[in-house]
This record gives sequence, structure tokens and C-alpha cells, in this order.
Amino acid sequence: MILALLLIPLLAGAAAFAIRGDSLRRGFWLAAAAAHAALTVACWRHAPPPVLGGWLGLDAAGLLVLGAASALFLAATVYGIGFLAREEESRLRLGARRRNESEPVFTGCLLLFLAAMTLTAAARNFGLLWVAVEATTLASAPLVFFHRHARSLEAVWKYLVVCSVGIALALGGNIFLAASAAGGGSPLGFDDLARMGPRLNATWLRAALVFLFVGYGTKMGLAPMHTWLPDAHSESPSMVSALLSGALLNCAFLALWRASRVASAAGQGELAGTLFLVLGAVSLGIAAVFVLGQSDYKRLLAYSSVEHMGILATGAGLGAAGAYGAFFHAVNHSLVKGMLFLSAGNILAAYGTKSVERVRGLARTLPWTGALWAAGLFAVTGAPPFGTFVSEWTILRAAAAGGRWGVLVFFLAALAVIFLGMSRAFLSMLQGPKGGAEKAREPVSAWMPPLVLGAAALALGFGAPGFLDRILREAAGLP
Amino acid sequence: MSGAGEAAWAVFILSNFILLGSGRLKSYARAVSVQGFLLAALAWLPPTMPVGHALFLSACNAVLKGIVFPRFLVRAIEAADVRRETEPGVGFGLSLIAGTAVLAVCFWAGDKLPPPVPAFLAARPAAFFAMFTGLFIIVGRRTAVAQTAGYLVLENGLAALGMSLLRGQPLVVELGVLLDLFAAVFIMGIAVYHINREFDHVDADKLTFLRD
Repeated sequence: MILALLLIPLLAGAAAFAIRGDSLRRGFWLAAAAAHAALTVACWRHAPPPVLGGWLGLDAAGLLVLGAASALFLAATVYGIGFLAREEESRLRLGARRRNESEPVFTGCLLLFLAAMTLTAAARNFGLLWVAVEATTLASAPLVFFHRHARSLEAVWKYLVVCSVGIALALGGNIFLAASAAGGGSPLGFDDLARMGPRLNATWLRAALVFLFVGYGTKMGLAPMHTWLPDAHSESPSMVSALLSGALLNCAFLALWRASRVASAAGQGELAGTLFLVLGAVSLGIAAVFVLGQSDYKRLLAYSSVEHMGILATGAGLGAAGAYGAFFHAVNHSLVKGMLFLSAGNILAAYGTKSVERVRGLARTLPWTGALWAAGLFAVTGAPPFGTFVSEWTILRAAAAGGRWGVLVFFLAALAVIFLGMSRAFLSMLQGPKGGAEKAREPVSAWMPPLVLGAAALALGFGAPGFLDRILREAAGLP
Repeated sequence: MSGAGEAAWAVFILSNFILLGSGRLKSYARAVSVQGFLLAALAWLPPTMPVGHALFLSACNAVLKGIVFPRFLVRAIEAADVRRETEPGVGFGLSLIAGTAVLAVCFWAGDKLPPPVPAFLAARPAAFFAMFTGLFIIVGRRTAVAQTAGYLVLENGLAALGMSLLRGQPLVVELGVLLDLFAAVFIMGIAVYHINREFDHVDADKLTFLRD
């Protein structure tokens, strides 16, 4: 089962490079995404047994990350097929003034990206986890460079260098981790390390934790290592931004969570918790500063991702109840950010600009996208009745229950500032007379996927349904 | 045998000074190549691994890090037609002085940390020093080619760290790391090519459209 989950996108990705016919390749792509989603649903119903001698397996945390990635990939695929067709059309209309990346390479890298994320979710060993996370960077770099112009080139160079260096430090963390376990069985399996617990050498383990948090924290977009994120997210095609923000950042969070589990087992849980809280607070603070007065709506969404990763880190630093909220928030954030980035793609296609100032009258010009954008404002700022509200509330309650009043006050203050910044930009885009758009046209493939994601986020506003609640509890270690 | 090992690590340390003190990009490629061959040779010295494992790893290291990656760098240098790093962010003299100071710290730190497995005296300082050099080059040099070389040196430092702290990792993991490294260098090479075409130079420092 797990092998099939990995092999489907891997083989389909390899095949996509070779298929020449556009419609055949797109059909193949959709089929692979649907098959992956169907298998993921099957895994959610019955957790599959570990394979390859325990190197691959899906626990509750892995299932959550996999589920979010697979659902978002399917939505992005439906959206993307329409997007590529329209790109092709507009390119023919404008003449070959600007070349895009060739479609086989784009599709192939997307599917390989999904395979790498699946491997991240299923890895049961820190070494394999590292290989998988680095592979996500490499598979997604060509995706950021879809529109071949100077700005996306700059974004892709920063993405490659900053993330590769970050992940290289995480490799150092792995080596320290193995050094702390020297002499004990197979190195770096999650279960083996957790079983060794207090027998791990404390000095090396603490060094390992710091390196792992800086390394995977870079990839998760936690400030101050977030510098690649706004550029890569704003310059990619919107469907790629949705995947980077909604699916990839969760994968990095999963890696940090794995490290913190080993730390708790070894009696170093306090250090891991402090690292989570400090990085979370810095991310919330930086996001609040840059959201205010942001003039580019895709960068606005990117900084909002930094904010939400800060929320995840804060939740994970607040014990099991907070971790429940963090995992729930990860699911909510994936849905909401997927919906918003796909909507942003529609706005960009219609208005031809990423500037908040120059988009006016969205509600009248693009009725579907306008409605989604308005709902998205409430969803992304954690207002009821969306799932984000419930998960943020859970994290706040965990902070109060633990007596962490400083954390609670700072968290609320940052969210309030971000709400102001986001609502100012979103409302000014929505209001105004109709017009300003070069071509106001909304095909079904452009509004249906974000609508479905948004509806799911809304449904989670009534709390996690039974099957999700069970997995969230298991992932967070609650009874 | 032990003397040969220490001498090899000493050469490894010295090769970093070439990167710190020189502006010739082809020297960077040569230093990276020397490090790759040294890592391949050192896989044979204790702490020992199974023979098959060592043979395979040292072959991979020699071919990829000793030959293929430096070739990539040289081709990028020739394609982009930049031979020298002319305006480094930190001057070469200052880089050398900083490097010497950091090397002393590396020896001190290597001495302080408890070694989990017996290893050469100079191995851990050499690993730390290569990691520092790699990061320093990425931050302090402006051309994309030099930054790619810095990334390779950082990875060499990590490989050295692994060799000095562990009795060999599982082969799957080592292979995965090498595969990722190969893909990373390949993609960076393509990016360097595009930067050169788009901007007519490979100054990553001039990439400043995107800011807040």
C-alpha cells in the first residue's frame, strides 16, 4: 500500500517527462493524482502495516501530512490542467514573446514533488526523512521557475541556496543524533531512538536538536530563516504556491515534530518546547510587521504562511493539548491557503498584476473569486465559523491551561495586527466599481477547486469530525 | 597508517584556505576535487566499515565529488565566462585571517566534544572548518558559481563530520544523500546558466528585484 503510494507519482512523473501529447499527459496527470488520493483515503480507513523492514510506515502524524498533501494536490491538478491550457492559449495570442517552462518538465516535476512529499510522510528514519525533504526542494525548484523571467529566477536561486544550506545543517543534526546514539542498534530509526530514550548522550542530542530546528525550520519558513519563502511563493504559478504553502511546509513541520518526540523520550522535551515557542513567537512577530503595509497580495499570502507556521510551532511547544491544536491547524491552514492561492491565481490572470492597489471591484468583476476571496479573509485570519478559529482557540486554551500567559498575550496581539493588515488589503481589493480587469472570465476549473477546499475548511469549523479527531489525538499523544 | 590519516586530514584543512584566499574560480573547482578524492581515500582508514561498503562509497565519492562536480563547476565557469571573483563581499586577506582564527576554534571545539567513536585527531576540526568555509563562501562571495562551490564544500564538511563521528551510516541513506547532492548541483548548474543568460553576469548579489 505504502509502496504503491510512492510508486504511482514517481513512475507517473518519470512518464510525464516522456509523453509528448498534451491532452494525454494531462489525463495521465489527473489519473495519477486521483489514484494517489484514493489510496490515501484507503490508508486513512485502515492504517497500512510498515514495509521494507520498518523503514517506511504511516503513523497518525504521517497520515495527517499525507492527507493534506494528497487532497491539495488533487485540487491543484484540476485547477492546473485548466491553467496550463489557458497559459498556452494566451501565449499563442500574445505571440512567443515570453517562453514558459516546457509542460512535460513542469508536470513531471510536480508528480515527483508529490512522491517526495509522500516519502517525507512515510519515512520512519531520520536519514531517509532528510533525503525526502531535500528531494522536495529539488523537485519543486523547477516549478518555481515556470514563468521564465528575471524575478522568478531570483526567487528560485534564493530558494535553492537558502533551503539547501538549511537542509545541510539538518544533515549535521542527523549526524549529531547518530553520535548521541553511538553503540545502539540501527542508527536513526524513530522507534529505536525513542526506545533508547535517556541512554542517548545528552550533549550530542542537544546539539542535534539545535541543528535540526534551524535546518528544518528554514524549510518550514520559520522566521528568521524564512527569507526564501515570500519570494518563492509570490513568483511561482499560483497552483505551485498553493502546494508549497499548504503541503510542503507541513512536511517540514513533521520533521521537527519527529525530532521533538525523540527529545521528549530522552528527557530533553523542555529544550524542544522552548525552541518551538521561540521560533513560533519570532515568526508571528515578523509576519505581523510585514503583513502591515504589504502591497503585493501574493506576498501578503506568503507572509500569512509564515504567521501560520508560527502558530503551528507555538502549538507544538505547548504540550500534548497544544500539539492537538497544531496538527488540526495544519490541516485547516492547508485547506484555506490552497483556496486563497488558487483564487489569487484567478485574480492575477484577470488583472495581470499582483499589486493590491491596482485591483479594484473584485466582488463585481469576478463574482466567484470575489466571494471566495471575501470568505478567505475570515478563514485565514482565524475568524469563526471556519476551522482555523477552532484550532487557534484550542492552542490558546492550551496556553491558558499551562499558565503561559506571556505566550497567550503575544499570540493574540500578533493575530490582531495581522487581522488589521489582511482586512485592509482584502477589502480594498473587493470594493469598487466593476472593471479594471483585462479579461474577466472564470471557467469552472478555476473556481471549483478553491470552492471545495473552502467548503471543507468551513465544515471543520464545527470541530473535527470523529475520524479526524481520533487521528489528531493519536498524533498529539493525547489519550 | 595513522600518520597517513592525519596528513590526509591536514591536506583537507589546507584545501579550504584555497577557497578563502583565492579569487580564481577554477581554483575553487580544483579544491573541491581534492576534497572529494581525500574523502574517497579516507573511507579506507579507521573507523573501518565493511569492505564492500567502503569500496562502493569511496568509488562514488571519487567519481562524483572528485570528478563530476568539479567538471560541472568548470563548465559553468567557461559557459558564463567569469574567471575570477573580482569584488568579494569580504576581502581575501580578511577571509584568510578569519579562517585562521576559526580554525583555532575548530580545534578547540573538536577537543572539547566527547568522541563517540575513535577517530583521527584532526578529523573533527577539519569537518567543522570545511562547514564554516562553505557557509562563509556562500555568504561572502557574490558569483553564483562561487556560491555553488561553497555549497559543495559545506556538504564535504558534513561528509567528513559523518566519517569522524560514525561507523558508517546505512548504505541506503548514504546513497540517498549522494543522489540528492547530485540533483542539487545539477539544478544549480542550470540556474547559473539561466542567471548568466538573463543578466549577462552571474552576480547573485545583483538579484535584488524581490524585497520588502
